[in-house]
Amino acid sequence: MSMADNPEVKVESAKASPEQETRPKPKKRRRLKVAHPERCIGCLGCMFACSRVHTGNVSLQDSAIKIQTQGGIEGDFRVVVCRGCNDPPCVRACLAGALERKPDGSVVFHKELCTGCGRCQDACLIGAISLGKDGKPIKCMHCGACVAFCPHGVLTLEEVPI
Amino acid sequence: MLRKVLYIDLGKEESWVEEKQDLFDQWMGGTGVGIKLLMEECPEGVDPLSPKAPVIFCIGPLNGMFPVATKMVATFKSPLTGELGESYAGGRLPLAARFAGHEAIVIRGAAQRPSYISINNADVKIKDATSIWGVEAQTVGMILREHEPGTGRRSIIRIGPAGENLVRYAGVLVDTYRHLGRLGLGAVFGSKKLKAMVISGTEHVEIPDHKRYREVYNRLYSTTVQTDVMEKYHDIGTSVNINVLNWLKGLPTRNFQSSSFPEAENISGEMFADKYLSRRLSCAGCPIGCIHIASLKSAFSTHHEFEVRKVSYDYEPIYSLGSNLGVSSAEGLLQLIDACERLGLDVMSAGVVLAWATEAYERDIISPQETLGVPLQWNDVKSYLKALDFIVRPPNEFYSALARGVDYASSKYGGQDFAMALGGNEVSGYHTGPASIVGQIVGVRHSHLDNAGYSIDQKAAKKPLSPEQMVDEIIKEDNFRGVFNSLVGCLFARGVYTNENIIDALGAVGIEKTVDDLDDLGKRIFNEKYRFKTREGFDLSKVRVPKRFYETVSTLGKVDSQTVEEMLRLYRKKRGWL
Repeated sequence: MSMADNPEVKVESAKASPEQETRPKPKKRRRLKVAHPERCIGCLGCMFACSRVHTGNVSLQDSAIKIQTQGGIEGDFRVVVCRGCNDPPCVRACLAGALERKPDGSVVFHKELCTGCGRCQDACLIGAISLGKDGKPIKCMHCGACVAFCPHGVLTLEEVPI
Repeated sequence: MLRKVLYIDLGKEESWVEEKQDLFDQWMGGTGVGIKLLMEECPEGVDPLSPKAPVIFCIGPLNGMFPVATKMVATFKSPLTGELGESYAGGRLPLAARFAGHEAIVIRGAAQRPSYISINNADVKIKDATSIWGVEAQTVGMILREHEPGTGRRSIIRIGPAGENLVRYAGVLVDTYRHLGRLGLGAVFGSKKLKAMVISGTEHVEIPDHKRYREVYNRLYSTTVQTDVMEKYHDIGTSVNINVLNWLKGLPTRNFQSSSFPEAENISGEMFADKYLSRRLSCAGCPIGCIHIASLKSAFSTHHEFEVRKVSYDYEPIYSLGSNLGVSSAEGLLQLIDACERLGLDVMSAGVVLAWATEAYERDIISPQETLGVPLQWNDVKSYLKALDFIVRPPNEFYSALARGVDYASSKYGGQDFAMALGGNEVSGYHTGPASIVGQIVGVRHSHLDNAGYSIDQKAAKKPLSPEQMVDEIIKEDNFRGVFNSLVGCLFARGVYTNENIIDALGAVGIEKTVDDLDDLGKRIFNEKYRFKTREGFDLSKVRVPKRFYETVSTLGKVDSQTVEEMLRLYRKKRGWL
């Protein structure tokens, strides 16, 4: 789903410094940010939103963002999602060329090239990549669907210079 | 959608799945399917604590699909009232059942030795729980987490010592902070030697029309978070009602001897929110986050050594263990709630039982000999903590009687006029007027949540309602809630789920219904429940109404018995029972 289909997505601009304002407008990409993980109430709205928008179905497994618990809901929630690395280890790990870093810094997943080797999953220390039922990675597209369904402002979509 | 019933026989140690499309088509899910399965499974007149008494868990078609459809219902024969037992809980339970692929679970028989049930998708196992028998309810969760799959998407429900020892109002703790609290499901678990059940799954649900689904979802989500229909639950939480009801003279105090508590401010929702609230949580699938967690920090030595307990609080426990016991300190109250959590007791019944015992002690109906020297006095938190322990592990006949509920204890020792139960169930925290009393008498599980009589009284405080109008409102709610509880929604979101929205939501998951269909379903569910109730001996004309209700001024002034009797007569007439 493209951003245009999702009117509820809000984008928060990364604060520009005075020097930047005088320069010509830099190129930017949108990136999901876990701004306030400690504010999470564990509603899993983000996970439902992700699978609803990207698969159309109701699932926790198919979500690219994951709310994990440590010691049940008594413990702190951990919000696990792609950080949009500048030098993404998942891309480097992919021998099949299925994960491609575009000039704008975004990572595109070419499913038809994926062999399901799982090296991308191992390469990400955060654990942001999980494999779906087809054995292929579920990759966050930084679309912001989850942001719109987080009631506590845990997530934001920021614009970062390329 | 999956339309399956999972059967687990603890005695035979086997499980199987049956497709029951017709059952779900006809009875929707949740409480509708629950009561139908109970009628099938529960032999007439069975001892609720015998292996033959079943426990039935059901979710409904909207669980996991839409915001705030976050409850699962347990249906059973209540060991407290001897008739319909029904209890609802959220947490992660309904979601876990949904993704494990089980819309209904029937538990039969009793295990030979302490056991727990592990459900992971289609994999169902009955496992040994001998080493955790006797362990407090909260700790059980910590232990089982280490042994079971599904971190972050599973649900662990378990009993404490109260359930094991068959206290008739023992509850089942759900995911640490929620409860299948009322009517003694914990004792039924205990009688089956069932310590816990863990559910997790990785299934997904196919949606027929993605676009329509997203449209309805977004609309219901917006209504939930952007309008004020749920604001009360979001901010202070249900405990916001302590000050409100105190001001309205509807807050039961010292066993309903008064309807306002001079020290209410000290245990008010505002006080908790300002001084003790440390965290809010939500049930999976609900953006509101009404679960309010207080941190209770107390020193256990003079050397700055502290223990910190996290305690979930709400309006009802603050009433039952607070104002109704004259407890005027927030910290004392949190200690009492925490004790009930660890022991696995229903806080509401526990508070009402202690309130009766305190008044009986005050009136010398019971003596220190019976209490074993525990001075049961208003606001005496230490004594109450001791008494709760004794109720769970009764050292004498008196505490054994308390463990059977206030109806039983007062029938044995006297003081029935102030034994605050209706239909055998200890009453909720409202002395608002006749609709609250009648609502709990006629309600299918004798709960304030059956038809919200307290809310009808509060409406009447603004604009008077005749007894007949009140009865009409009660019947309307009785029926509507049967529908809503078969979906299964959280009652806090009833303002979001109008008939129109319910029809849209069902349509979006492929179930087409009309308003007439829903009305019909509500009536059928209600009638089926009454069929079970009367079969098991419930007689509406014989319900005991404690005199105390007529002695203490309520929100609507003093309630007289004629009004209540007149309303009951109207109710029977309108139900076609006269």
